[in-house]
Amino acid sequence: MRLAELVMAVVMAIFSVYLMWKSAELPIGWIPREGPGGGAWPFWLATGMLVCCIAIIVRWIRRTSPPSRSSEPYMDKTTIKLFVVGAGSLGVMIAAIHIIGVYFAVPLFLLFYMRYVGRHQWITTAALASATPIVSFLFFEIVLRITLPKGYSEPLFYPLYDFFF
Amino acid sequence: MEILSLLGNGFLVAFQPLNLALVILGCALGLFIGAMPGLGSVNGVAILLPMTFIVPPTGAIIFLAAIYYGAMYGGAISSIMLGIPGASTAVATTFDGRPLALQGLADRALITAAAASFIGGTISIVLFTGFAPPLAAVALAFGSAEEFALMILAFATFVGLGGDDIPKTLFSIFIGLVLSAVGLDIISGQPRLIFGDIPGFYHGINFLVLAIGIYGIGEILWTIESSGGDVNVSQATLTFRRLIEGFRGMKETIKGTLMGSFLGYFVGILPAAGATPGSLMAYGVAKTMSKDPDSFGKGNIEGVAAPEAANNAASTGSMLPMLTLGIPGSPTTAILLGGMVIWGLEPGPLLFVEHAEFVWGLIASLYIANLFSVLLNISFIPLFIWVLKLPFTILAPIIFILCVIGGYAPTQDLHDVWLMFIFGVVGYLMRKLDYPMAPAVLAIVLGPLAEPAMRQSLIISNGSPMIFFERPIAGSIMVVAIVLLLLPLFKVIKGALSKPASGSQA
Amino acid sequence: MKTLFRSAMYTILGVLVMAFGSLVAPQDAGAWEPRKPVDFVIMAGKGGGADKMARLMQTIIEKHKLSTKPFIPINKPGGSGAESLIHLKNASGVNKDHTVMVTLNSFYTTPLRQPGLGVDISTFTPVGRMAEDTFLLWVHKDSGITNVDQFVKAAKAKGNNWIMAGTGKGQEDQLLTSFLNAAYGLNMKYVPFKGGGRVAKELAGKHADSTVNNPSEQLGFYQAGTTRPIAAFTPDRMELFPDAPTFQELGQKGIPVYFMQRSVVGAPGMSKGAQKYYQKVFSKVYKTSEWQDYMKKKSLRGAFLTGKKLKKYWAVEKDIHQKMLKDIGEI
Repeated sequence: MRLAELVMAVVMAIFSVYLMWKSAELPIGWIPREGPGGGAWPFWLATGMLVCCIAIIVRWIRRTSPPSRSSEPYMDKTTIKLFVVGAGSLGVMIAAIHIIGVYFAVPLFLLFYMRYVGRHQWITTAALASATPIVSFLFFEIVLRITLPKGYSEPLFYPLYDFFF
Repeated sequence: MEILSLLGNGFLVAFQPLNLALVILGCALGLFIGAMPGLGSVNGVAILLPMTFIVPPTGAIIFLAAIYYGAMYGGAISSIMLGIPGASTAVATTFDGRPLALQGLADRALITAAAASFIGGTISIVLFTGFAPPLAAVALAFGSAEEFALMILAFATFVGLGGDDIPKTLFSIFIGLVLSAVGLDIISGQPRLIFGDIPGFYHGINFLVLAIGIYGIGEILWTIESSGGDVNVSQATLTFRRLIEGFRGMKETIKGTLMGSFLGYFVGILPAAGATPGSLMAYGVAKTMSKDPDSFGKGNIEGVAAPEAANNAASTGSMLPMLTLGIPGSPTTAILLGGMVIWGLEPGPLLFVEHAEFVWGLIASLYIANLFSVLLNISFIPLFIWVLKLPFTILAPIIFILCVIGGYAPTQDLHDVWLMFIFGVVGYLMRKLDYPMAPAVLAIVLGPLAEPAMRQSLIISNGSPMIFFERPIAGSIMVVAIVLLLLPLFKVIKGALSKPASGSQA
Repeated sequence: MKTLFRSAMYTILGVLVMAFGSLVAPQDAGAWEPRKPVDFVIMAGKGGGADKMARLMQTIIEKHKLSTKPFIPINKPGGSGAESLIHLKNASGVNKDHTVMVTLNSFYTTPLRQPGLGVDISTFTPVGRMAEDTFLLWVHKDSGITNVDQFVKAAKAKGNNWIMAGTGKGQEDQLLTSFLNAAYGLNMKYVPFKGGGRVAKELAGKHADSTVNNPSEQLGFYQAGTTRPIAAFTPDRMELFPDAPTFQELGQKGIPVYFMQRSVVGAPGMSKGAQKYYQKVFSKVYKTSEWQDYMKKKSLRGAFLTGKKLKKYWAVEKDIHQKMLKDIGEI
């Protein structure tokens, strides 16, 4: 926990500096008779972020904030595993949407998560994995007219469009 | 008297069989759209537009009011059950609604939200009925200086919101405000903070992306960790007795509900503000007024009632500048405005005179939609409770999927889904280190309203900040805001003086 | 369990094969038709003039069943339209034939002001110019100003404290403001706001002294008698505002005739068939009584333009804007 607190503060301090540098592409000073320039708002607020990060680091050195005193691990082994599985599978699903589209990535994700993580029965898993894309198609594309990304699977939907519209 | 007869005519129209059927359909549809994270009344109203030629215009208006109200009620459902605000108006509801659900009191929170919404809605429609034109004048008097003062006030009501760690709370506010600046600087017309020249940053970072990321993905990751993977998290039950008890319990919250209704309505009628600052301020004021402010954020039922009453009242309120001034106070009213164009109606001061039947039909259907929404909502509560009882390994992937779709729908850009994912993961990692997240979400909502207002005012005043104090309305709001801002600081100083040793204990 | 899974996989495979089969099957030899919902990009935010018009077009298309697949509106206002220009430019494969955009004058100004985008508007596919929106000079009725002479006098007296509200920087409203400043020797202060409706309200609430709104944005306040047009940037007087003379009439050579285009443009590289299809759809939209009514009510003008004529119109307008932007020092 103590190490994580420092790492996070340092990473965020670096991010603040990056934001300040990026904001400085537009004028950050006071333009006479006009007020602050276009980059001033983000620049000075990012400076504020940096000051906060420094305060957090000072408190870390003086051990005044609870996480900097804690000797518990930031993440134990089980937590890391749960985090990697949860966030990882979600990330893989989003990446898969680019390629195979929502309607194929979603059932695969459900299949993986319910079967591998949840250890539900095949029948529940299969039912949910096939019902979710169908319900979402009808609700989003037909009722709400929101087209969801389909990647390379798009041509498969032409017959469906012809049927519904 | 004239108002009553006009309203009576409106009701006659609204009670025709076709129209009644539309109300029920609209409320139910709206409820589900609103309950979906990422989708809100905007999407509901957008689907209405093609409807306008299937049914006569009056039917369309009624349908619209029904969807609008249904979605406002529905927004509370995802806030309470999933902890994800479906729309910016429901952010404040998550602060206490989610803790209540985790304590197994989801039914109580949902009933309170429904009842408070109903009261807020009713009060605001009555105010709307009685005093629309004079209030339009108030809305017109609000310029950029007043708007900026109002935003400062909204921030001020929220100072106490963060955790105990002051640098981390401030950091959270700052990062929210900086992220809100991404996109286009409308004053200079220049793009700014376009990281890596990725075109997705041109439209800025939508509040929803951050909120769904932090409250949706981050919250689920958090729950996965704290539950060790696969237990049922929420132990909610609902019996008839608990339902009745829930209503009885409304008495405790009536003060907050009434305050929220009036505050929400008045903030709602201001053109730029809309329902979001209204509900946030109601939450802040409820906390300040409360005898037990420390219980807020940990599951105080008043923290659900006040913002829910306020956001419903404010949505009705935000129709006022739309109808009388033609200014959309919110994305929803912007689409509505488009609908009025299709119906051949010109919003403006004359609308109430020239198209009285439209205006009164709309108002009458608001009354009816409000009533039906609350009935439908309460009858659906057992279903929602059942959903909450699903094993978490089913609930979690479904919520993830809803987050992905909800992050995609508003801009139809996968870029936003990735951003949401990053916010979720980073937010989760930061939350483990006691960084409070709510201030960042508030900041990203209020930032894009506050910054242009401040700079427009300064251009008008040739760069003199005195403009915020010299104008009577802006000045008085500003003074109240500054007093509120200094209040906790004063408390801190007083606290520090009374026990000087506390800081050096470690 | 395993068999169940296997049979499920076979079913999915079967569906896929069938779907592909229907794909490969020969289509009708007839004209090109969209195969999926059409991406109907709006180059401006929700609630603005362009947005209202786009949604009106969508409703007309659905009402008269002008297209076999729905047009799905999506606002991409980011970076003064930069985002939507890039979206069209990057449309690939089948999307080239299913992406059209409602555009306005930022179609010229945004690529000129942000050359880094690498957008060349001459590569975009012309579909149709639906109308040209007009501009007028507006003041609040309480100012007592009824003509341009009084306006010039009042604005001169206030100097830099005369506030002109407008939408965005480096765009139409600011161009017109600089022309007024130059032609009459004024020093008005330009304050950008988000959206024309908001600008109209700033004037009605007396937070600004004047605006150069489109009629559709000020109509509500005008009808209520709150605001007043004192001159028009059109070649001849408008039916709706007979009392507002044009700057041409007033003999003011320094102020050009200026319109806002309301056009529909297709992605670069759109196939000939698709181009024809959309041209037909929008020429039908133009002819409907709903569109004609709207044009009349909001004082829009301009005939339907398409094909080479529209491309030529764009080329001319682009040159004009380039010169204007140079004159005011924005590029």
